[in-house]
Amino acid sequence: MIGPRSVLRRAFDAVDRGLDRTLGPSLNPMDRLGALGFFFYWIVAVSGIYLFIPFDTGVHGAYASVERITHAQWYAGGVMRSLHRYASDAMVAAMLLHMAREWAHDRYRGVRWFSWLTGVPVLWLLYVSGITGYWLVWDKLAQYVAIASSELLDWLGVFGEPVARNFLAPDALSDRFFTLLVFMHIAVPLFLLFAMWIHLQRISRPKVNPPRALAAATLAAMLAVSLWRPALSQGPADLTTVPSEVGLDWFYLLLYPLIDLWSHGWIWGLLAAFTVMLLAMPWLPPFRRARAAEVTLAQCNGCGRCVDDCPYNAVTLVPRRDGRPFSHEAQVDPGLCAACGICMGACPTSTPFRRSSALATGIDLPERSLTWLRERVLAVTGGTKSGSGVLAFACSHAADTGALVSAGAGVVQLPCVAMMPPSLIDFVLSRELAAGVLVVGCAESGCHHRLGVAWMRERIAGARDPYLRARVPRERLATVWAGPSDAGRVIAAHDELKARLAGLAVAAPARRAVS
Amino acid sequence: MSPALRYALTFAVMLAATAGIAALSDWPLYRHHPADMAQVKLSFSHGSDRKAGCRPATAEELAKLPPNMRRPVVCPRDRPSVRIEADLDGRPLLRAEIRAGGIAGDGPARLYRKFSVPAGPHVLDLRLSDTGRAEGFDYTGRMEVALAPAQNFVVDFRPAEGGFVAR
Repeated sequence: MIGPRSVLRRAFDAVDRGLDRTLGPSLNPMDRLGALGFFFYWIVAVSGIYLFIPFDTGVHGAYASVERITHAQWYAGGVMRSLHRYASDAMVAAMLLHMAREWAHDRYRGVRWFSWLTGVPVLWLLYVSGITGYWLVWDKLAQYVAIASSELLDWLGVFGEPVARNFLAPDALSDRFFTLLVFMHIAVPLFLLFAMWIHLQRISRPKVNPPRALAAATLAAMLAVSLWRPALSQGPADLTTVPSEVGLDWFYLLLYPLIDLWSHGWIWGLLAAFTVMLLAMPWLPPFRRARAAEVTLAQCNGCGRCVDDCPYNAVTLVPRRDGRPFSHEAQVDPGLCAACGICMGACPTSTPFRRSSALATGIDLPERSLTWLRERVLAVTGGTKSGSGVLAFACSHAADTGALVSAGAGVVQLPCVAMMPPSLIDFVLSRELAAGVLVVGCAESGCHHRLGVAWMRERIAGARDPYLRARVPRERLATVWAGPSDAGRVIAAHDELKARLAGLAVAAPARRAVS
Repeated sequence: MSPALRYALTFAVMLAATAGIAALSDWPLYRHHPADMAQVKLSFSHGSDRKAGCRPATAEELAKLPPNMRRPVVCPRDRPSVRIEADLDGRPLLRAEIRAGGIAGDGPARLYRKFSVPAGPHVLDLRLSDTGRAEGFDYTGRMEVALAPAQNFVVDFRPAEGGFVAR
């Protein structure tokens, strides 16, 4: 059945693949939404500091000071104001897309619950930061937002005096109250930064900075738009009138029309229900928690490759406890382990060449062990030397491999393509279990386990330990990084490999005849 | 594709995204109040007369108290509700009985209500009782106003200034 998640996943994947082809995976902004969110935060912070210096924090001077900043110094203050607004809006857009993308790709449950859960306060702190910022301009929009927000807050009944009474008439609003709003607009973003830092705590190598070229292009685009369409005020606030028509910022103020239509109780109910739903999502069925990786101390020498490669900081090195002459041993935190198997693929003892029936490796997956993997390979290929077809090692989160099976290829599905130790490719080709190996991983900008594609590429290229041995004939190996909407590219890569293998088969007898 | 072209395309993509974001930052316009209507806002924060609940102490009550605490009148801590009525052009606009705030009911009664009304001349009649009386009112007021479109006409209640005041 095709559900909304599947539709959204394919939509994101189609956009990703288009951007990958146009810009290249490293510059694909959809793959850097979190990093772009941080980048926008810094733009907002720097421009905010600049704007705060000449800003008049009194209610009677605020609007005039913002106008001075905007118009008298349009080339600096005006641009900074526009950057401040547009980067704030872009941060909301990046955050919502990031959230929807992680949900669509099912990257929010299991061990990833922490990142999802800590993202919820980030969502609300960002909204509070932005909404309080709109009050400070003290134009007609500020008046509308301030009064609507106050009335909404007053419904809670937690304030002694109704906050909205501060906006009854021009003489009701004091400089002191306005200064409190300024303080909130500074304090809440600091809490936001703290929440963003917590959000990253359980992942290794978080991408908090976009690539320089992407950052430069983003900043240049924001500067261009700031000059072309500067952010402006909407006329001074006047509490003796109702600001009948306002230009809403639809990123921050999307719910405000609902405040006019629904009772405040319903609005709070909606917000509470949405928040509870978000918080509960990682624990909603179906549950698919695989058993965590396990260390076999007899095979572990504490080399640390599994620690380096784990995308979730689930493996650490601890002092040796079994008396063997190594300083450290690997230790898995089951609460953090996603059972992706990348650690097993990284372990130098993970070799399928051993003759023992139960292969022992330093770190292994109980449900997808190295032994299981070798047996699966033997079962798919028939286990004989006569292999003339293609064996595909495919990530179960990558493109559908049904067409490969139809085309006669053997397929071994893995939780992550980097679970495969490079020696397995050597094993297949040197034992002539297949004529060629096709590695099918997630798209480069959409790796389900974050680092699997990168690690596998580097292992094959000989840039990351464990390397694919030099003796492995590269002409018999092909890789394709393909998301759910890229099944066509997988079959194309397979056909290309088959054609190449056919050419090799013709050339080999010819060489034998010459020699 | 050359790196320069890829960078140029990246700039173009981010420019399009930022332009879309900038457009949605204040467009389309949202009208939350009809252009030909004005607004009347009734709001006050008023502590009603606590003395209204006072009564003479009974002999039994006085007997239970030490001699130095025997006051002849017992006044409860809570305040009576504030009853307010407002008519616009002779038609009822608001009928409300507002309980005193606070957990013990000893705080001020608070009102914040707004009404969208057609622009033009209006007569606003206001009545308020803050002594807990069942009949009649302690304060009355009449305001004749010509409201302009989008005008925000605020009525507050300030006993020190004689009762209802326009702000």
